[in-house]
Amino acid sequence: MVSSAIPGTGRFARGLHPDDKKSISAGAGIEVLPTPKSVLIPLLQHIGAPCEPAVKPRAEVRLGQAVGEAKAFVSAPVHASIDGKTAAATVTTLPNGRHVAAIPITAAEEQSLSGQALWEDIYGGQWPTDGLGSFDPEQIVTAVRSAGLVGMGGAAFPTHVKLTPNEKRPVDTLVVNGCECEPYLTADHRLMLEAPAPIITGALLAARAAGAERIIVAIEDNKPDAAEAMAAAAEGTPVQVAIVQTRYPMGGERQLIPAVLGREVPTGGLPLDVGVVVVNVATAAAIARAVIRGKPLTHRVVSVTGEGINQPKNLLVPLGASYAELVAFCGGLADSAGRVIAGGPMMGFALAELDVPVTKGTSGVVVLTEEQLRRAEQTACLRCGRCVDVCPAGLVPTKIALAARHQDWETARRYYLTACFECGCCAYVCPANIPLVQLIRTGKATMPKE
Amino acid sequence: MPVAPGPHIGTGRTTRRVMIDVLLGLVPVFAAACWVFGWYALMQVGICVASCLAAEALFTAMRRRPVSLGDFSAVVTGVILGLSMPWRCPVHVDVVASFVAIGVGKVIFGGLGHNIFNPAMVGRAFVTIAFPALLGAGGYLYTGSGTPPTDVVTAATPMTVAKHLAAGKAGQVAGLWPLFLGNVNGSLGETSALACLVGGLYLCIRRTAAWQIPLGAVLAVAVIAGVGNLLHPQAQWTVLHHLLGGALLYGAFFIATDPVTSPLTPRGKFIFGAGMGALVMVIRTYSGYPEGVQFSVLLMNATVPLLNRWTVPRPVGGPVPAPKAQA
Ligand code: SF4
Ligand code: SF4
Repeated sequence: MVSSAIPGTGRFARGLHPDDKKSISAGAGIEVLPTPKSVLIPLLQHIGAPCEPAVKPRAEVRLGQAVGEAKAFVSAPVHASIDGKTAAATVTTLPNGRHVAAIPITAAEEQSLSGQALWEDIYGGQWPTDGLGSFDPEQIVTAVRSAGLVGMGGAAFPTHVKLTPNEKRPVDTLVVNGCECEPYLTADHRLMLEAPAPIITGALLAARAAGAERIIVAIEDNKPDAAEAMAAAAEGTPVQVAIVQTRYPMGGERQLIPAVLGREVPTGGLPLDVGVVVVNVATAAAIARAVIRGKPLTHRVVSVTGEGINQPKNLLVPLGASYAELVAFCGGLADSAGRVIAGGPMMGFALAELDVPVTKGTSGVVVLTEEQLRRAEQTACLRCGRCVDVCPAGLVPTKIALAARHQDWETARRYYLTACFECGCCAYVCPANIPLVQLIRTGKATMPKE
Repeated sequence: MPVAPGPHIGTGRTTRRVMIDVLLGLVPVFAAACWVFGWYALMQVGICVASCLAAEALFTAMRRRPVSLGDFSAVVTGVILGLSMPWRCPVHVDVVASFVAIGVGKVIFGGLGHNIFNPAMVGRAFVTIAFPALLGAGGYLYTGSGTPPTDVVTAATPMTVAKHLAAGKAGQVAGLWPLFLGNVNGSLGETSALACLVGGLYLCIRRTAAWQIPLGAVLAVAVIAGVGNLLHPQAQWTVLHHLLGGALLYGAFFIATDPVTSPLTPRGKFIFGAGMGALVMVIRTYSGYPEGVQFSVLLMNATVPLLNRWTVPRPVGGPVPAPKAQA
């Protein structure tokens, strides 16, 4: 049963409701991508310190073997996602523009796991919901850390940091984020339909680690089938499934926590400050796999969708596979394709070339057609206030962006530049087509620290 | 492949589409003006639009900026200005008003988006002061000897009558029904409350105009006029006369809602509208002018930077905390 008894209203203020375009790929069951000839494992796939290489060039590695070690606390190790042989580390440019070191692995002839067997190993089989008390919190955090888990909804913050209990700020609620509020993306949706059991197990384990009493899976009301599947899997457990309004950016922690719990996360603070930990559904499933099966994060589900791809699909892909590989498996780009985006169309990054590896935070590949792109010329700000009307953070985006453009840091601070979390709602509605988010992002990077 | 920053999708509503929307909202008002004043409406609006376009092209070329007639903002200024004129306004007044509107009202400040005052009202206020006889009460009256072009133009405007009554002179108060439909004398676009409501509500529903502005203006006028009525229960000019008569609705829906010269925040917009409504009542009641929409809008335009500052919304989660000293 889907329970609606949550303290919040299921809504947040402002935001948008763009055409969600989920139907393009929502019906496509998850397929396992055939093992690629090679993968490229970036040593930094998360927020925090990069890993250090843990293997020599031309070493034989097995699926799941660590190839990068995390020395810092806020970091996460990376693992081989196929069986094969490493080569000398190179540098790759991730979609967000960061240049990072990466270890290439050439696939061995024989793979120990592929196809259906791989799926079964990762998400199939039985997932316990009873007797999890035998895992003590420290053990869970350690397993999560060595499995290299990071937030798989896009932010890619190391999960063990979130789950480590903090005596000063006790946690009472774990929110499992199944909103997937970006248009087009359906990876989490399919995962909830096809593998709800590991998500529930992972949620129970995460709550145990963080010390949360209450567990709520939040799902937008455009995915009733996913909510049903999750509720069925949660039967007999304390996990609650709650429906929230379909509204962008519901999946943002600062929107989701007020919507579900009626608590406001302080600006500059963390969900922890209001006693909440949020994990994405795919992350929850990976927690279960790490703790119960002792397996690291090596694969993830990625939606390859949009009007510009020939055969939209949801794929289980090894981390480090190139976008080109995914696109080719989905029938290639349509003639009308105009832009390939890593992530969703609101917050994702356009790819200059497709020869870039999929990372832990890659939730989708969206191919838009030429005519869908924003092409209108930029005019002066009309001061219409539309950006103010939609900003979910309650800011005045035009003031911040134009102050950042003129490097007027006093004004930028007065209008709370740093409170912007770059959701893109403001630029989405701006009739003057001002690149508000880009200006704000550049402003954040260049504003002198006080 | 070419890249660009996100978001990668949008609403498809551009500056030009916003301006076209305003023109659509003005269609009922223009139609009503044609119904009441015949060809005069078409002529005044046509002259103002043509003059505004010419002024925009000339001044932007003089400033060596790319000429941007394609954004339709000069057309909007022209239509709004034309509809705020008396039916028999001479051509040269229209032309002067248009050139002042675009030149002084807009281009001097740096063009669309940079101006502080509503361009159409800058032009209108200039000619009101420069040609008082042509834009005062007499400028609306038919003075020829033959048959008048339409019946309404032989009577004084309802606002002039109200002024006379207030001064203790005799006068025939316009009925509410004619004020609502629009078959009374007045500036071309203001006479029909019905047309202003239809076009104005369209703009509000499309979010082209911010609904907080007309709401604030109408509420302010209703409250102030209501109090006045309570103090003078025998007055013939009632709250509804104040709301339906004169340029209040035209100004509240089409002039004050100019995005560039109104506040950014929802609260600021409401205060802006309410301030405009209150000033309209002050001018109607205490000044020598029968109507005060243009000066009210201009005065409120000047307060916009302050209103924007005072109404900065509270960010969700509270203001950014001051950086703490490391403990
Ligand atoms: S939406 Fe665009 S044009 Fe309107 S106020 Fe914001 S930045 Fe200016
Ligand atoms: S990107 Fe920033 S300023 Fe723009 S709507 Fe989102 S939070 Fe507000």
